[in-house]
Amino acid sequence: MATAENVLEGLADIVNEIAGIPTEDVQLDKSFTDDLDVDSLSMVEVVVAAEERFDVKIPDDDVKGLKTVGDAVDYILKHQS
Amino acid sequence: MNTTNRTVVVTGIGATTPLGGDSASTWDGLAAGRSGVRALSEDWAAGLSVRIAAPAAQDPSELLPRPVTRKLDRSTQFAVLATREAWADAGLEGRAGEAGAPVDPARTGAVVASGIGGVTTLLAQYDTLRDKGARRVSPHTVPMMMPNGPSANVGLEINAQAGVHSPVSACASGAEAVGYAIEMVRSGRADVVVAGGTEAAIHALPIAAFSNMMAMSKNNDEPQKASRPYDVGRDGFVLGEGAGVVVLESAEHAERRGARVYCEALGQGLSADSHHIAQPEPSGRGVAAAVQNLLENSTLKPSELAHLNAHATSTPQGDLAEIKALRKVLGEDLDGVAISATKSMTGHLLGGAGGIETVATVLALHHRLAPPTLNLDQVDPEVDADIVRGEARALPSGSIAAINNSFGFGGHNVVLAFRSV
Repeated sequence: MATAENVLEGLADIVNEIAGIPTEDVQLDKSFTDDLDVDSLSMVEVVVAAEERFDVKIPDDDVKGLKTVGDAVDYILKHQS
Repeated sequence: MNTTNRTVVVTGIGATTPLGGDSASTWDGLAAGRSGVRALSEDWAAGLSVRIAAPAAQDPSELLPRPVTRKLDRSTQFAVLATREAWADAGLEGRAGEAGAPVDPARTGAVVASGIGGVTTLLAQYDTLRDKGARRVSPHTVPMMMPNGPSANVGLEINAQAGVHSPVSACASGAEAVGYAIEMVRSGRADVVVAGGTEAAIHALPIAAFSNMMAMSKNNDEPQKASRPYDVGRDGFVLGEGAGVVVLESAEHAERRGARVYCEALGQGLSADSHHIAQPEPSGRGVAAAVQNLLENSTLKPSELAHLNAHATSTPQGDLAEIKALRKVLGEDLDGVAISATKSMTGHLLGGAGGIETVATVLALHHRLAPPTLNLDQVDPEVDADIVRGEARALPSGSIAAINNSFGFGGHNVVLAFRSV
């Protein structure tokens, strides 16, 4: 099982790959759209990459609730199989 | 001010082509008679009957960051890079409306065409669907494959709000885009429009498809000799990739902001063959009608024509039909026209052709030099015109005009005219 730290690190790598944001800027309080240049289309890419990396399923309806990196970390920790 | 017939000028140029990553290196290649064609030694080409092409000299993914390239099809990447060059060349910095670009966004347009759109994106995403499943198909697939993707992204790049358009007419698309943009400025709809064409289709499937139409050269052994417009040994076109765009501007607007002017854009002539979906009409009737249409709808006089950038793709039928048409309309005035078939060097960029050949035509007037036509060892005896062969040829001083022809599968004929300043 991944820890919160592992998940944050993993998300930082994913956001870096997709949006080009430096990994150190990907912090729990950051908003994907407002702070990290991840638009709604790129968010789908982030979600699919996170699903693979952390072995979770994130249904489209739940993606809307993931406003910040912290939201995503919490969601992934809660739903990891 | 007469708002329905304003004078239109070219104030910026940009290109990324098989001859170079910008318009200057492209022009150097054209003037020197360099070929951009090479053998396709990649594994994916091994089973094809055509294993030659003219790839872009500069891979766009080396200039654009990865987060950008994953969202932009290669054809759009070319268009964006050519636009950045042209926009800066026109003395504009940043998006329209910003301090460095004193242009009203509401009077700024973009018309950048592609003949095929994001075909390699579509094919790659199909591979993903088949191999990895539906969930992995990129959410950027639709904006990447839509044929208006290049124009839309160029519009975003420069903040174009007067209109963003993408005429599609196969290999005439780029020229049709430039013609459409000239009309936007001439009619008063816009003051500044970025216009041109782009294509990125060097992939096994398009090559197999064009090859099975018997449209492509199969001279795999001598790639640089394969594209040979007007030569008796011509056997089809060579596929190229890249983009060319120009900044078109009303003369008044250009003067007001002190912009450098390359030449005047006189207008376009249009027609359709209505003959066959892929074969050119052999007498050149449709092409002649387009040239006639140009003469009726612009101030161009046949006697001032000094240069022609021909469509001349190196196919047996098409090259002849074009010359016959020109002779029919221009008569003896064709004798004073130095004809260049630059596809002998760049290959055929399909929807990008009209873009890079507009750039070539503008630069030919600017430098007063007609590029050579490569590989013209033995001119087809039916070619009754003055083809520039061997070396580039100087064009006369004084006021001269040039036309750029582009024709496309479907019978689309587009002729554009420019005049020196």
